[in-house]
Amino acid sequence: MTNKKSVKRKANAFLFASLALIMLITGCSQPGSNNAGGSSNAGGSSSAPADSGSETMGTGGSAVGFIFVGTKDDYGYNQAAYLGSVAVEEAYPDLKVLRAENVPETAEAERVMEQMIKDGAKIIFPTSYGHLEPALNVAKRHPDVVFYHQGGLKTSTNVGTYFGTIWEPVYLAGVAAGKMSKTGKLGYIVSVPIPQVLLNVNAFTLGARSVNPNATTSVVFTGSWCDPGQQANATNSLIDGGVDVLSLHQDCMKTVIETAERRGVMTVGYHADASSLAPNGWITGSLWNWPDLFVDMVKTAQEGGFKGSKYDGKYRGTLADNVVQLGSFGKNVPADVVELVEGKKRELLDGTLLPFVGPVKDQAGTVRIEEGQTPTVEELEGADYLVEGVIGSIPK
Amino acid sequence: MILADILTGAIRSGTSVMLASQGELVSERAGVINLGTEGSMLGGALGGFAVTVWTGNPWLGALAGGLCGLLIASIHAFLVLSCGANQLATGLTIMFFGMGLTAFFGRDFVSEQIVGFNPVAIPVLSDIPFLGPILFNHDPLTYLSILLVPLLWYLIFRTRLGVILRTAGEREEVLFASGINPKLVRYLAVLAGGFLAGIGGAQLSVAYTHAWVENMTAGRGVVAVALVIFASWKPARAMLGAYLFGAAQALQLTVQQQGYAISPFFLFMVPYLLTLLALLLVERRKSSRTPEALGKVFAGEGSG
Repeated sequence: MTNKKSVKRKANAFLFASLALIMLITGCSQPGSNNAGGSSNAGGSSSAPADSGSETMGTGGSAVGFIFVGTKDDYGYNQAAYLGSVAVEEAYPDLKVLRAENVPETAEAERVMEQMIKDGAKIIFPTSYGHLEPALNVAKRHPDVVFYHQGGLKTSTNVGTYFGTIWEPVYLAGVAAGKMSKTGKLGYIVSVPIPQVLLNVNAFTLGARSVNPNATTSVVFTGSWCDPGQQANATNSLIDGGVDVLSLHQDCMKTVIETAERRGVMTVGYHADASSLAPNGWITGSLWNWPDLFVDMVKTAQEGGFKGSKYDGKYRGTLADNVVQLGSFGKNVPADVVELVEGKKRELLDGTLLPFVGPVKDQAGTVRIEEGQTPTVEELEGADYLVEGVIGSIPK
Repeated sequence: MILADILTGAIRSGTSVMLASQGELVSERAGVINLGTEGSMLGGALGGFAVTVWTGNPWLGALAGGLCGLLIASIHAFLVLSCGANQLATGLTIMFFGMGLTAFFGRDFVSEQIVGFNPVAIPVLSDIPFLGPILFNHDPLTYLSILLVPLLWYLIFRTRLGVILRTAGEREEVLFASGINPKLVRYLAVLAGGFLAGIGGAQLSVAYTHAWVENMTAGRGVVAVALVIFASWKPARAMLGAYLFGAAQALQLTVQQQGYAISPFFLFMVPYLLTLLALLLVERRKSSRTPEALGKVFAGEGSG
């Protein structure tokens, strides 16, 4: 009797515990949506000052704010953005650079940005995709502050977005991977199916297939930007499946690169140079180069020139702009492969080579880019399909 | 050999969960539920990683990981056993405390590199067809974790120490009457549980991923607690449950690579769905055996 009762009690206890957890989690996001609703009203009623300030917008601040979704030394996305903030600090010794790491993509981000504005920031860089909505909300309340959002697809009066055409170096890395692979089986570890991610997988695969038409890319979603345990599982699982070159689109990459190196598999990095983690297997990588761009963006806003500048709207820096780069080659990449890839890079730079040139078919064989057609950046960034040669499916 | 890959993956990704659930099992056998296991695992993951960075010795790292897990569990033990706090509420708090604490102290370790533990193929045994690569090509902590299971079974069911432990979780007044302080037994059980959870965390950081990232256990400690119920408080079954969880994680990755049109988002749920299903099946069975005094607080003389 007592036995059964306590089993029941235990089950109830678990129910209680999970409920408590759910409440905690939703507790974090709930105020966000409330705030958002509240703030849009506030923005609406106090939108008058917005007219006054298109020349003064972004000027006169004593600080510049940067918010990061992760830590500044993750060998990845956040580290790249952090290096950009350091350049701003060096270029503008009089400006205080305010940084906040590990800022979640929730109402918490709004709070952090509000604080930075209170501390004198007239220019703010929300550097994660998911910081966009919070930034739009704060921007409505502060029409005199300029927001430079990284990687977004939406803008407003005082919110511009910037990013880089990273698929160009990813395509080149794919060419190298296609040449280096002996099995023709490539692996790609990704997080969630957003266009940026699908675009990179597609570019990588097109690059590899341009030199090895039989190459395939097995894509695995982990559901997270950085869960080392799941990354190790995915790495091992792909290698067990016969993949001999691995790439990734994750915010942290130490575990994947190291595990692959240990198992004698080659790697193509992303975000930052991790060649030191894989002295034998490193092929190359695609990197962000934010410093010069960030300094120029701050300069533009400081001088009151944000409105009408190239940063007012969607700015995309290219390989030619040196905003995205192809990383260094590993020591085991033969000279003829390096030469081939460098040659393709030159063609990309002078415009004779385009990574996405029709006909491009998706997994089902449907033509997505017609022969002779060159898609715009906007069309590319709306990618919702995987190209022929990719093994794996995206959630419908 | 997809099956072999999944089974190997089961052990690889299940080991950290398995160690933590063995720890939770010891604690619950003495009557204390510790939902803070996640916190202990995180403490172990960070402590183990940090000491491996400082000393270059993964064995010292694993030991330190265990001790960090123990330290975090000691807070739970103190609040629950000495202050009479509610076990579930305290455990949850300890979990979040562990997350915050390790995120704070772990910042500088995100970019550090270690050599750590690496898989060691056991000669001869690893050449056995099929079973060899599945069982005998792992890191040293994984081998130890497998040996731990029969050892724990023996301790719990075949020794006087085990009788004392189980009595603490069933009829503490009997222990009290025979001159043994049940509170002390429970303290030791919670600390031992925290130690094992800490080693589980260290396995994740020092042996499996060679990395520290905040909140890297990602709910594995919570799953470990749930598995103890699935296991009916038996070590071998807890092991089975942990490997089942690991297998589900490996399976979803393998399924994705086969190119079946199943949404990855559905596959992410599979390990947790399986755990829930297992719990449901066990709860329905009559033979489920809960330690009688689980969750109760012993107040000393005169309490019943």
